[in-house]
Amino acid sequence: MKRGVAEAITVVIAAVVAFPLFWMVLTAIKPTDEVLSTAPKPWTLRPTFSAFARALTVQDFGRYFVNSVVVALAVVGLSMLIAFLAAAALTRLRFRGRATMLVMLLVVQMVPVEALTVPLFFLMRSVGDAVPAFGLNHLGSLVLVHLAFSLPFSIWVLRGFVAAVPVELEEAATLDGASRFTFLRRVLFPLVAPGLVATSVLSFIHAWNDFLFAKTFIISAAENQTLPLALQVFVKPDQNDWGAIMAGSTLMTVPVLVFFVLVQRRLVSGLAGSVKG
Amino acid sequence: MSTGPAARGQGRTAAAYLAPALLVLGALLVYPVYQLVVISFYDYGQEQVSGGAPLVFLGLGNYTALLASARFWAVLGQTVGFAAVCVLGTLAVGAALAVLATRVRPWARTTLFLAALGAWATPAVAGSTIWLFLFDANLGLVNSVLGLDGFSWTYGKWSAFGLVAAEVVWCSFPFVMITLYAGIRAIPTEVLEAATLDGASAWRTARSVVVPLLRPLLIVVTIQSVIWDFKVFTQVYVMTNGGGIAGRNLVLNVFAYQQAFAASEYGLGAAIGVVTTVVLLVVTVFYLRALKRSGEVL
Repeated sequence: MKRGVAEAITVVIAAVVAFPLFWMVLTAIKPTDEVLSTAPKPWTLRPTFSAFARALTVQDFGRYFVNSVVVALAVVGLSMLIAFLAAAALTRLRFRGRATMLVMLLVVQMVPVEALTVPLFFLMRSVGDAVPAFGLNHLGSLVLVHLAFSLPFSIWVLRGFVAAVPVELEEAATLDGASRFTFLRRVLFPLVAPGLVATSVLSFIHAWNDFLFAKTFIISAAENQTLPLALQVFVKPDQNDWGAIMAGSTLMTVPVLVFFVLVQRRLVSGLAGSVKG
Repeated sequence: MSTGPAARGQGRTAAAYLAPALLVLGALLVYPVYQLVVISFYDYGQEQVSGGAPLVFLGLGNYTALLASARFWAVLGQTVGFAAVCVLGTLAVGAALAVLATRVRPWARTTLFLAALGAWATPAVAGSTIWLFLFDANLGLVNSVLGLDGFSWTYGKWSAFGLVAAEVVWCSFPFVMITLYAGIRAIPTEVLEAATLDGASAWRTARSVVVPLLRPLLIVVTIQSVIWDFKVFTQVYVMTNGGGIAGRNLVLNVFAYQQAFAASEYGLGAAIGVVTTVVLLVVTVFYLRALKRSGEVL
């Protein structure tokens, strides 16, 4: 096959793959009469932000956007801290049961969390009786479960980054009078920061995209819905405001796209590394 | 491992560092797995949840009810079939495009990868919604181009499954493509040159040199895809509005959700969850063996 032909095919395929996203953004900025036209055109001469305005005011998307940001950032912050400490212990310290714990870490990664909705629903109900902010219908319940789901992978990946920091560095820090905790905070943490970025982007995306647990836990508190749940509620049979729905989809997709592009190199090499060994 | 005072000190520090992680994982991942099994042994309905009726221990009652129900077998069969179509589609598209990416100049490759990255990054709910709109009966672009005005893709059982499968392939082929592309690039050029010097055709080189070298990677992406596609929830739920008309587009995860949270049969829902977990456990064992063979070390 000639290289020119192969390149033409590649560009056509890329256009097809990107087309749904193009159509989403285009529909979001089209005026309503063009969206409702039965002969849709792949361009618009009258771009408008009115669909975004409708999504943000009528559908109250701004509130759900903030809810999603709060959950995702809380998950990222907590999982970074907890995973960093655990990874440091598992790579730098010798203790009994270390090997067992590594195997356990691998095993819990394989748990299909989608099957756990029933027990987690009841667990969150009990938690809510004691601490309402972390129970059903509150964002705290989503933070807790996504923290648990993201930890095994984060610890696993960070372990590699911690192991890459030479032991001599710790010895030097100790000789200079640094306590173990100071070493962790002042030396190790900045050195594994790239690894933290990679894992936190993945934790962020998982928490941001979650639909199942938001649907299971946030039952009656409409003000505590997150974006995926809110978007699904807006899709009503036969009376869809597709312009506003596509504007909402755009608002939901853009942050993830930005993150993906920012870390794509690290993400790709990290993922390839995790399966290639 | 030494047992001196230093080691004991390390043990105490390790316990302190690991405590938060163990607490979270134990309470929110290990304990729920145990609870899942326990709940599946009970008749757990709305009255039991509200405390109006005592819990009745059924033993394996929920499981015998499931295994005797034609509905369950139909859903299981659909899940396997749906996952198989998604896996085959994802692998075929991903592998073909990975090969194509090695044949073009960087500008074309980057264009393809950026488009793929977009599909990969799109949240499942947003992706499902966009596809629903593209294939909308009256306002969708696809019907307008094909002249199928008013044809509903989500009404028929098989067209609905096909539409969901297409969306799943769209958002999951990038992982396969990029992983396999990296794998192909990691093959030393000397090996390929040697094959060419020996007079092997491009097809022969691909079949006898590239595929065997990529075998471990192919196994890993295949099993990874099986695990993902077997537990698809969001796309099926959003695109078929909760499992299709009269539940004819149900897959196991959506079935379990509907049994537990729509029909308030929590015990039955938990039992379906256990079945899903066991099936995936078997797949995972194969996955770990494949990982081990491809050289991943603990």
